[in-house]
Amino acid sequence: MDSSTFILVLASIMLASTPLIIAVCGEILTERSGIVNLSLDGSMLMAAMTGFVVAFETDNVWFGFLAGAAIGALFAFIVAFGSIRLRQSQFAIGFVLAMLGQDLSAFLGQNYTRIPGPFVTHFPIPYLKDIPVIGPIFFSHNAVVYFAYILVIVTWFWLFRTQPGLRLRSAGDRPEAGFARGVGINRQRYLYTLIGGALVGIAGASYSLSIKIGWSEGITGGLGWIALAIVIFGGWSPVRGMFGALLFGAAKALATYMQRAFPEVSVVAFNALPWVLMILVLLLVGSDFTERLVTIAPKSLQRPLQRLLRISPPQALGTTFVED
Amino acid sequence: MNSGRWLRWVWPTVPIAGALVVTSLLLILFGAAPLEAFQAMYDGAFGDQSKTLSVLAFWVPLLLASTGLLVTFRAGLWNIGIEGQIVMGAIAASWVALSVEAPSAVLISLEIVAAMLAGALWAALSAVLKTRGKVHEIFSGLALNGIAIILTNYLISGPWQPPEGGSFRGTQPFQPAALLSLYENSRFSPLSLLLAVIAFILVVVALRGTFWGLKLKAIGQNLRSAFLLGVSSEREMILAMMFCGALAGLGGGVRTLSWFDSLRQSISGGIGFTALLVVMLSNYNMFLVPPIAFFFSMVLRGSLTLQLRTQLHSSLGGILTELLVLFVLLFGDWNKIGLFRKKEDDG
Amino acid sequence: MQIELRDIRKYFGPVKANDGINLTFKGGQIYGVLGENGAGKSTLMKILSGYQPPDAGELLFDGEPQDFSSPADALEKGIGMLYQDPLDVPAFSVKDNYLLGRDQRLILNYQGAGKELLEMTSRFDFKLDLQTTIDNLSLGERQQLELARLLVGGAQVLILDEPTTGISAEQKEVLFGSMRKLARDEGKTLILVSHKLEEVQELCDHAMVLQRGKLVGEIDIPCENELLVEMMFGQVPERSERPDYDFGEPVLELTHVQIPTYNLTVKDINLSVRAGEVFGFAGLEGSGQRLLLQACTGLQHPDQGKILLDGQDVSGRPYHWMQNAGVGYVAAGRLEEGLIAGISLEDHVELAKPKHTFFINRKELATKTESKIEQFQIVGRPDSNADELSGGNQQRLLFALLRDNLKLILLEHPTRGLDVRSANWIWDQLYLRREDGSAIIFMSSDLDEIFERSDRIAVFSGGVMSRMLETKETSVDEIGHLIGGRA
Repeated sequence: MDSSTFILVLASIMLASTPLIIAVCGEILTERSGIVNLSLDGSMLMAAMTGFVVAFETDNVWFGFLAGAAIGALFAFIVAFGSIRLRQSQFAIGFVLAMLGQDLSAFLGQNYTRIPGPFVTHFPIPYLKDIPVIGPIFFSHNAVVYFAYILVIVTWFWLFRTQPGLRLRSAGDRPEAGFARGVGINRQRYLYTLIGGALVGIAGASYSLSIKIGWSEGITGGLGWIALAIVIFGGWSPVRGMFGALLFGAAKALATYMQRAFPEVSVVAFNALPWVLMILVLLLVGSDFTERLVTIAPKSLQRPLQRLLRISPPQALGTTFVED
Repeated sequence: MNSGRWLRWVWPTVPIAGALVVTSLLLILFGAAPLEAFQAMYDGAFGDQSKTLSVLAFWVPLLLASTGLLVTFRAGLWNIGIEGQIVMGAIAASWVALSVEAPSAVLISLEIVAAMLAGALWAALSAVLKTRGKVHEIFSGLALNGIAIILTNYLISGPWQPPEGGSFRGTQPFQPAALLSLYENSRFSPLSLLLAVIAFILVVVALRGTFWGLKLKAIGQNLRSAFLLGVSSEREMILAMMFCGALAGLGGGVRTLSWFDSLRQSISGGIGFTALLVVMLSNYNMFLVPPIAFFFSMVLRGSLTLQLRTQLHSSLGGILTELLVLFVLLFGDWNKIGLFRKKEDDG
Repeated sequence: MQIELRDIRKYFGPVKANDGINLTFKGGQIYGVLGENGAGKSTLMKILSGYQPPDAGELLFDGEPQDFSSPADALEKGIGMLYQDPLDVPAFSVKDNYLLGRDQRLILNYQGAGKELLEMTSRFDFKLDLQTTIDNLSLGERQQLELARLLVGGAQVLILDEPTTGISAEQKEVLFGSMRKLARDEGKTLILVSHKLEEVQELCDHAMVLQRGKLVGEIDIPCENELLVEMMFGQVPERSERPDYDFGEPVLELTHVQIPTYNLTVKDINLSVRAGEVFGFAGLEGSGQRLLLQACTGLQHPDQGKILLDGQDVSGRPYHWMQNAGVGYVAAGRLEEGLIAGISLEDHVELAKPKHTFFINRKELATKTESKIEQFQIVGRPDSNADELSGGNQQRLLFALLRDNLKLILLEHPTRGLDVRSANWIWDQLYLRREDGSAIIFMSSDLDEIFERSDRIAVFSGGVMSRMLETKETSVDEIGHLIGGRA
């Protein structure tokens, strides 16, 4: 493969990974508050369908995204409400919604399958697009991709450099401490589940409005489940999550490419890679391997290494908090 | 007080009515008359003998998977990996069908054993990851599901592809001796139903009548107290998962050897996930599982006819069942809604 | 600032945690609040610090009634509480933890936080690594941070809940130094909740003693320790005469046992308990008795020393092995650590059997359960679930589940929350057991029970066990002193 094809491949990986990056950022926010939104896959499908239909009917892509965000927020709200107010299992509700989203989107979207519709326009950023190598890979896409970049930075900054971010994290890490400092724990959980859900909805909508033109059943191909995996793989951090999403996209692209060269091995190996990685990361999280690793590292490297390798989940993830 | 008690009695029908109402609304939205649509579904399930047999044939693997899930739910486990266990069972049965030459009875017995073994081992993987590696079974289950599907696609388009070239739909068809014998012209294998019934009985006996079943119940309710009473959770969890995996694998084997005649891309067809819904809807009550599974079968098969008659997408059946589960989850538990507070027990 | 508590009441069901308490705290003083477990100290402090509201009564600051909606609200009004397990976020960095809830500024000001922390820590001579995360700090360091945070948050009144448990001697000196400085030089009010009489004598100006939800006495420090002990534990009636029992060989022997945990390290335990003996562990909760009991069951493992059961070294043996070797354990949390709420009595009986058959013999089980119900006078049917029983019956059930012919029985708070009749009945059962040769060790925060039931007593304080005392030869005074920390 010559260099220009290689650059094209990288650019396409960037584009294809966008929905995943957005969804991962959204779910990170939700899980950081302490709630697991298992409905992602169904949520994204519903958002993709609704986004396309609304965009089609209004002839406006942005209304489509708005609709997608609303759907994503609705699904997330049901999970949060069922868990916090009705005290049912987050996993059960999320799971049913994932199934429901899949079937409901197929049904409601049946009259809109495989027809062309509005599409996010290609918008290379002037000046930046002309930088050799970097330009075509990062800056010759559309608004959604640029949104994803900004989202990663904003999510990271929000989580780790702002007061609201501290409050959010306290809800997921140690609600009792947050409560003592005046944080409304359930309020945080509702808020960020909604925001996270909206982002997941935008990710879903971007699938039918910028990645694949139009809607068809099951278009996202299980992306929601993969997003859940990448949140874990990225250690609940947006930047690492982005790399995880890119890695996944690269693995997929590599799989298609290598299939011609080494048909046997490649398909299984590269496609299975994200899943295997997820299990490995989970194993790592459950063990004290990373802590031991930090202790044997040279003194000067220990602090940054510890920060980099901090992959443990929010301690209170999946639990309920009863406010006195 | 009387109105309270009456409400309590009537309440369980509310989610059911709700699901029916929403489904009907969807139908109306798309210009179909709800009654006609439900009639179409019913005809699709019981209209003629072949349809009814199809419902039965669909029911068997679903029943097997649901029965298996009863065991894992009893132990407090969320075995989302059941899809992968079904797939691995199908793969194992396919391997035997494609590699072994033997008289039919022997061949089929080998296939059954292989399917159950493969499912059990795949489930054991999740279980060990949980007990030794503290990996939650939902995530290892998702990952192993993904890997199982990838494996299937690889086998279909690679080593086991049909002689006329890969079509990505399925492997080459199996030798007739490898297939389960079917009733008349249907896809229903009476043997598979027998196996499912045996499996169900085994599970009922295991959960209610054996000490092992009691241990599972203890673990599922209170791990710490169970431990202090003398129950070692690690071993029991692994066994529970393996038991479920074996039944799921058997379901996968049955599907690939009777419903189909080869390993297909969507060999499981979401049966594992549907089984989870069945057990959730039955509120983990063993004896409700077969009828509810049958109901799901009926609706899902019936909606194919719905699609034929009304041109509406067959996913409506799935929607009905999923709405049922959702509404029962959200609104079914009278006490949790807090509309009616239980009197506090004095310790 | 003057704080007044008027007629504070708080009930948890039938339990009167705070039963009409009146207290006044003045600025610039250090107060000690004393009392046994269950006396109501923590409840009162939680009310004072805004964590929970009182059921009745008033809080007055300089005459103004106050109503706190949350601890953060209370801090704004000037009251801060330092918990025994500080309410910080282990995953956060020191600065993040400090800044959480500090103000409404959007962007975190790390530089400012660093400066404030530095200033605060140097003022009190705290030596803290400000660049690390909370879970890398020791308990004492976490306390120091929390103290700094409360002070910056504007606390005029500081409540410290058992702050010296689990910190080093050095850190304790630093803490006390800072407390004195805050009270004398800065006019703040400090309230120290503690059971360590030595420390109260060392640090406080006044002491207030709570017992069973009521204030039983106030006194100026320094004073005679005996007075404090008497107020805390009251008069214990003379032990009823019981004939000497003929004890057998030692069943349990501990030599130089040490059990390290994050909060507390139990050190150098030497213990010997004979067959038929009833041994009582006295002391306030969190002093190490529970850890030691659990070490004897195999739930905890010592990293030094030896545990011998009937002469055999069982130091590292796991719980299930010990269970099969004849050690019985009844934990304090009946439904958390012993019974399973959603399971029937019959199922419990089956689970507790030492040997099992593959299939459950329902008929035999039903008969056995009925006989247990009768023998232990449990109010309940074989198919009742464990959580349908009352507390007393749950305790009877736990007893019914103990195996026969045990060598050693370990009990945490065997009669907590029970009425007198049930409590007496439980002890009758235990004395029956000792006829079989079982050795019995129990922990209790009820001194009456310790005195009445034990043949020998050991007192725990801060992870240190006193020497073994013959009940006949000791007194409430001595026990009280030992609880208060004098070895």
